[in-house]
Formats: sequence, C-alpha cells, structure tokens
Amino acid sequence: MLSAMAANDVLSLTPAGLYCRAGDFHIDPLRAVERALITHGHFDHARAGHGAVLATAQTLGIMALRYGENFAGASQAIAYGERLTLGEVVVSLHPAGHVLGSAQILIESQGYRVVVSGDYKRAPDPTCAPFEPIRCDAFITEATFGLPVFRHPEARLEVEKLIASCRLFPDRAHLVGAYSLGKAQRVMALLRAAGWDRPLWIHGAMEKITGFYEENGVPLGQMRKVAAADRAKLAGEIVICPPSATQDIWARKFPDPVVAFASGWMRIRARARQGGVQLPLVISDHADWDELRATVEETGCSELWVTHGAEDALVHWAAQRGLQARPLNLIGYGDDDESVAEAQP
Amino acid sequence: MNRFAELLDRLAYEPSRNNKLRLLVDYFRSQADPDRGYALAAMTGALTFAHAKPALIRTLISDRTDPVLFAMSYDYVGDLSETVALLWPAPQAPERPAGSNQPLAPTLSVIVEQLHETSKSALPLQLALWLDALDETGRWALLKLITGGLRIGVSARLAKTAVAAMGGLDPNDVEEVWHGLKPPYVDLFAWVEGREPRPVTDDPAPFRTPMLAHALDEADFATLDPAEFSAEWKWDGIRVQAVTGFDAAGASVQRLYSRTGEDMSHSFPDLLEALGAAGLGDVAIDGELLVVREGLVQSFGVLQQRLNRKSVTAKLINEYPLHIRAYDLLTENGEDLRPLPFMERRARLEALLARCDTARLDLSPLVPFDTWETLAQARRDPSSAGAGADAEAIEGVMLKRRQSIYVPGRPKGSWWTWKRDPFNVDAVLMYAPRGHGQRSSFYSDFTFGVWREGANGDELAPVGKAYFGFTDEELGQLDKWVRNNTVNRFGPVREVSHGLVLEIAFDGLNRSTRHKSGVAMRFPRISRIRWDKPAKDADRLETLERLLRE
Ligand SMILES: [Zn+2]
Ligand SMILES: [Zn+2]
Repeated sequence: MLSAMAANDVLSLTPAGLYCRAGDFHIDPLRAVERALITHGHFDHARAGHGAVLATAQTLGIMALRYGENFAGASQAIAYGERLTLGEVVVSLHPAGHVLGSAQILIESQGYRVVVSGDYKRAPDPTCAPFEPIRCDAFITEATFGLPVFRHPEARLEVEKLIASCRLFPDRAHLVGAYSLGKAQRVMALLRAAGWDRPLWIHGAMEKITGFYEENGVPLGQMRKVAAADRAKLAGEIVICPPSATQDIWARKFPDPVVAFASGWMRIRARARQGGVQLPLVISDHADWDELRATVEETGCSELWVTHGAEDALVHWAAQRGLQARPLNLIGYGDDDESVAEAQP
Repeated sequence: MNRFAELLDRLAYEPSRNNKLRLLVDYFRSQADPDRGYALAAMTGALTFAHAKPALIRTLISDRTDPVLFAMSYDYVGDLSETVALLWPAPQAPERPAGSNQPLAPTLSVIVEQLHETSKSALPLQLALWLDALDETGRWALLKLITGGLRIGVSARLAKTAVAAMGGLDPNDVEEVWHGLKPPYVDLFAWVEGREPRPVTDDPAPFRTPMLAHALDEADFATLDPAEFSAEWKWDGIRVQAVTGFDAAGASVQRLYSRTGEDMSHSFPDLLEALGAAGLGDVAIDGELLVVREGLVQSFGVLQQRLNRKSVTAKLINEYPLHIRAYDLLTENGEDLRPLPFMERRARLEALLARCDTARLDLSPLVPFDTWETLAQARRDPSSAGAGADAEAIEGVMLKRRQSIYVPGRPKGSWWTWKRDPFNVDAVLMYAPRGHGQRSSFYSDFTFGVWREGANGDELAPVGKAYFGFTDEELGQLDKWVRNNTVNRFGPVREVSHGLVLEIAFDGLNRSTRHKSGVAMRFPRISRIRWDKPAKDADRLETLERLLRE
C-alpha cells in the first residue's frame, strides 16, 4: 500500500455527490451527471437522466423497469469482479448483499484502493449475492443503522412472528409494509423458507420488480396481485405492499388488518408507534452496528468515510481505533425506497 | 420473561379490545403456572416489590459501554430502559445450535420471586445476569418492571376477562372470587380450566359484581307502566360498593370497591374509618361516592379534586368530606339479599341506616311520581322536585323495577338511567389529527372551536375535541372533508379551513386553565354535522361562559 496517497486524491465531494476526477465519473450522483457508476437500484442511489451509466446488469434492468428504457443516454453492464479501466483508474464491482444487483465499487489508483460500499448488509439473504469483504486503504461506508442500539435479530425469527400472528388471527388480513425493491422479495423468500406455502398477495406497485426477481432466478412461489374486489376476502392471508399503502385508504377494505412493517427502524418503539404499526418486524437490508464494525475491520482500511445516517457514532468508534475517520454529511440519500417510491408507477 | 415481554409489546401496539383479549387468552393458554399467574398479577397491579432507581441502570450500562456512544444512543431513542435494553452487549456465549432457545433466560416467576429476596446490594449483579440472558424485548420489560415504569396496554378488568374466557366464564365470575386470591393464582387457572372446583374465598369483605342500568330511550315509555317502577336521582359521583365484615380474629374490616371491583380503600382512610365506626355489622352496600359539604352535595368536578391526589392529607380530608349515598343493600350478616325484590332490599336498607350512625352514610331518597310526565318534570327541574340545592350534582333519574332482583352485570328490563338532556353548541371544525388503531387511516378526532372577539376581529377559540357520536358513514364524509379542506399540516395533524359546523353535545362544562378558552367540556360528542350552517353563524364563547355561570 502506498501510504503517500489518501482517499482525497481519488474521490472528492461535489454538489452531485462523490466524484472521481482521475476516472471522471460520479458514484450514485444526486443529480444528472455525464458519467455515473450506480451501486444499486434504490431511488436515492439510482436516478434517471445521466449521460452514461455503468452498473451491474441487474441494476440496469431495475432502472429500466422503474424509469423506462431511456433512463440514461447510454448504459453499460459490468459483471461482479470484472475490471474496467476508466481514465487513470481501474474500477470493479463486488456484491454488497443489499438487494438484487447491489454492488460495492472498488477503485484502484496506482495501487491505492478505495471501496465505496453503497448500501450493504452481512446477514444472509436468498434473494441476492452475499457481501464480499474487500481489502482496501480507504473505505466509504454507509451507516444507516450506525448506532449501537441497532442490532438486527435474525430475520427468520421475525418472519416466525408474522406466521404466528396469522395463526392466532386467521380472520384478519396481515398487511406487511416492505420497500418495493429488495425488502419485499426478501420477506417473500423468508416466508417460503419458513414453510408459508399459500399464495402471497402483492400490491400493484411491486408487481414488476417481483417479476424481475423471478426472471433473475429468485423463486418466490405463487404470487397474486390484489385486485380491488379481493381485499375484503383476504382474511388469513399475507399481503405485501409498500409501507405507505398500509396507511392509505387502500388498506381499509381488508378485514381488520394487522399492519406489519419490515424495517430496521422497527427496533425503536417510538418509530413503530409513529407508523401506526401493530406488528413491527425488525428486518433490515442494511448492516447493523456489529456488522458495520466487523466490516470496517475486515477491509483493513486506514481511512474511513461515513455517509448515510448516524455517521457520528461510527466516526467516534473508528477514531478510537486509530482510523482516520470523517462524516460526509451528504444530503439526499434517504431511507431506501420509501419517500419517492410510491410516486412511481 | 421473554414471552411475557413479547406479549406486552404486542398488546401495546394492538388498539382493539377484542384483539387484545385474544392475545391474552393465547398467552394464558400457552404458558404454564406459575409464570402466567405472575403475568396476571403484573397486569392487575398485584405485584409489589421495591423499585430500583434509574441511577442503578445508568451505572450498569456505563460500566459496559462507551459514554459517548451511550449518550448518542440515549439521545436517539429517548427512553432509558429501551436504550439500555437495545445497547446491552450480548455476553460471549458458546454458540448454540440454531433454533434452540436460550436455556438460561430467567422466567417471570424466577424474577418476581428473587426480586423479593435479593438485597439491595446484590441487585446490580443479579440484574446484570438477567440482562445477559434475556433477549432485547425481555430486557426492556425487565428494566421497565424493576423501575416501576411498566405500562401495560390492558386494564385489570380485561386481563380477568381473558382468564374467564379460557373457561367460558363470565368476567364477573372471576371478579367475585378475585379478592380472596393471591399471585400466582394457580387455583384460579385450575378452576377456569375445569381441573378444580371454584376457589373458596375466606375474604371477610368480598366484592360483589354490581348491577348496572341501561340508558333509557324515550320510546320505551310506551311499554313501561309507572306503577311498576320506583325512581331515584342519578347522582353525579362515583359508583362504589362499601363492604364491612369481621375477619377470623373478630376484627372489623372495611373495604371500598369501584364498580369494576378495584379495591380503592387506601385512598379513603377517613371514609373507611367512619364506616367501621357506624355499627353496620356485616354488610355490602351499593351506593354513590360524593363530596358533601355542610349537607350540600358537591359537583363531580369537586369530587375529582379529591380523587386525583397521590397522598391523602388531613387538609384534603377536611376540604373534601366524603360521603356515601346508599341505594341498595346486597348482603346483611351472612344473608344474601340479592334474590329479594328491590323494594324489600330497600326496606332492609332503610332499617339498617335508621339504626346506624349516618354522618357519612345516608339514604338516596326516592323521587315520588305517578305518571311519566311528573317524572319528566322532576328530571327537568330536580331542585323543585325535592333535590333542592343538591340539583347541581344530579345527572338525571334512575328507574328501578320494584320487583327486580339484584343481578350482576347489565340485565335487561330492570334498571334504567334517564339522563338530563345534554347541552348543545354549534362549533367550527379546526383541526383533525389522524385516529388511532383501526381508525388510523381516517381523520377521526376533531378539535372544534367557537367564536370570540380577537385582536383582529372574530377568531376561533378551541373548546374541545370529539372522537365519537358519528356513524361510519359520517366518519367517511368528515374524513373526506378534512382531506379536501386542509390548509396546513403539523405531523399527523391537519388544520382545516373554517368552513364546517359541528353540533356538539356535552354533559357539562368546567372551568379549565389548561384550555386557552378557559372552559372544558365533559364528554363532548358530535351530535350532528351541520353541512347546512355557515361557519360564521356558529356559537360564541360567551354562550359557554353563560352556561358556566348558571
Ligand atoms: Zn441508501
Ligand atoms: Zn438501498
């Protein structure tokens, strides 16, 4: 490792987000740019209107699904592990374990290695490739759940709670709020693994993405789209819908619905109460506090940039371990799909 | 403990009474003795031990975490017990096979039993061991329990109803044996599960489930014969049952129960003492708790001043002299009077009070009437119908069938309440926060105001909030109106344009320093939506102020 270099020499902060001058590209830019590398398909990372986009084939597929085929001037797919020279740097994408197609981005510049994590998790997820730790000099990590109060339980146990509730309340519909991309399909796969073999009912907003997962080799079992006339008849069934739909007029027609929400935020009671949730399910697609720390250590990095969420706690922890750590305070990355997702068709 | 904690968590999120009941029944069915009994004790307020101070918990966590990270976490979570429960570092345990339970997690019974035995100095270590073994929800419930901050989303009554439901019993059946039982209620569960006979209680002053009245619909009069009924005032106090008796050693025992069977004796030492000295013998009296000053019954508002106090001081006792206005006698010296007709019980009550000291206990007078018209007249104007200055504390009249026996619960056809007409005011809708629970997708709470003169002309002064009184269909219309007329949002609350008049019915009016308008309504509800009425024609604050003065 050439200690003469620093992360600053490879990446800089611009109003559009992280920018690599030597390769002339942005990563997950917040506004339209000429060339963008995209870590994954969530709305806050993958925006439409860039000149050229480089991402995994699956991420490109998701963007096309959400924004239409013309989401960018040009697009190029790159496989996990494939190395590509861009200007003076070499980039490669590596599984992040967050959602289907999600990737970390490794930038190599004269032997100096920077990894941009994108969103990631370490817990097993049958719907996407598992996270691969990469040794690097500088690690740019997300910290959505960067506080020691966030320790996600095993997702399997949370899904067992959901199934137990269905057994106890067979006359009520169970509405599970889950982000349309990733969380919804993970919940479906978890339900299948737990032996739930009834058809799963899905909200229209997640139909296309769920089909895309299946086309990409993620079997999720029998799906039924909830038509207006069905709602009153869905006692005892599990309905998966975007979180905002659980508070909509749409939700009223179900028989005495049990409103569940699958999210890492559900670990905090006040958050669950705010959302009018009756069955909080702590299922997250982001690394929890323990995973964040373990990952930082595994990368062997000497410099840590923290973005996305509770940055200060992780920076404090890293500094105590002798790492050079700084918060990025980037505005614009949010809570995955929630805020903008439902505006989309 | 983990399972109990999970139940508490689930109850807290579940708004519907019926669904809470099902969660409780499921819990009691699936859990063994004595754990479920201690859970029942926790829910009915029957667990007692010295609570730990929050400082102890802070010390425990600060020994185990970085202070900066703790501060950030506490700041984020906002609740000490929850922060510690979430932050508590898992001990380095040998790996357990997947799917196996944590064998070391303490049960609720172990915790309750050991809390009694653990000395103050041994508590921190004991607590840390428990926290190590529990899961996050279990830690949260334990910390809440030992600091006295455990809020349970169900009433004692609902918990007892669930126990009764296990055996297809009426909740009143459980209520009647309840005061003779102790945690962990093994005999109670054995009874409801049909394994043992009904527990015998040797309680010298047990509670009997009261008989309740139906609200009278004026259309009922056509079918009712006035000659079969007797009438009393409906006092605006608190329904109580005063029971006196003698324990095995011959010492006299007095208790005061709420109508749900809650033992309220500790709040009224003065009244209990007076009951003990009255020479009543072994009796159960049904009556109304009132504040009577110099022979004058005070309004409910005055009684509330006495009720909402933590400590009962001599000053409080002097300023709010309590009194029981008796209207029924359920037992007397071992004889159960409940199978007797009302007029016979009434005669026994009159005889009892005639030979006892009645300084704090007197008879609820009958209201004479021969036709429904005379009774209607008395109800409209109690002061000229014998109530005199006590009329303020009268809510209406009670009708009791002369031949009715005393039946626990709310039997049909025996007793009725005929309340005074509520007050009405036309108010303007101002704000609507989202409802809770099943109504959470509706705007179902409505804050309304009346006009008053402001610095820049007329302005609305909020005077109350109503949650009910409307049909489902009207709720849908109100919800739609709120959505279409929102001018501002504050979190879940919508401010609406001042264009909709609601006719609000309410039972009374109090002065209030908490409300900007200076008045607070009792039991306000929406009686009509006045789609027809222009907002500027709604009532004014002066109208309410006049009511207050009257
Ligand atoms: Zn993100
Ligand atoms: Zn994401």
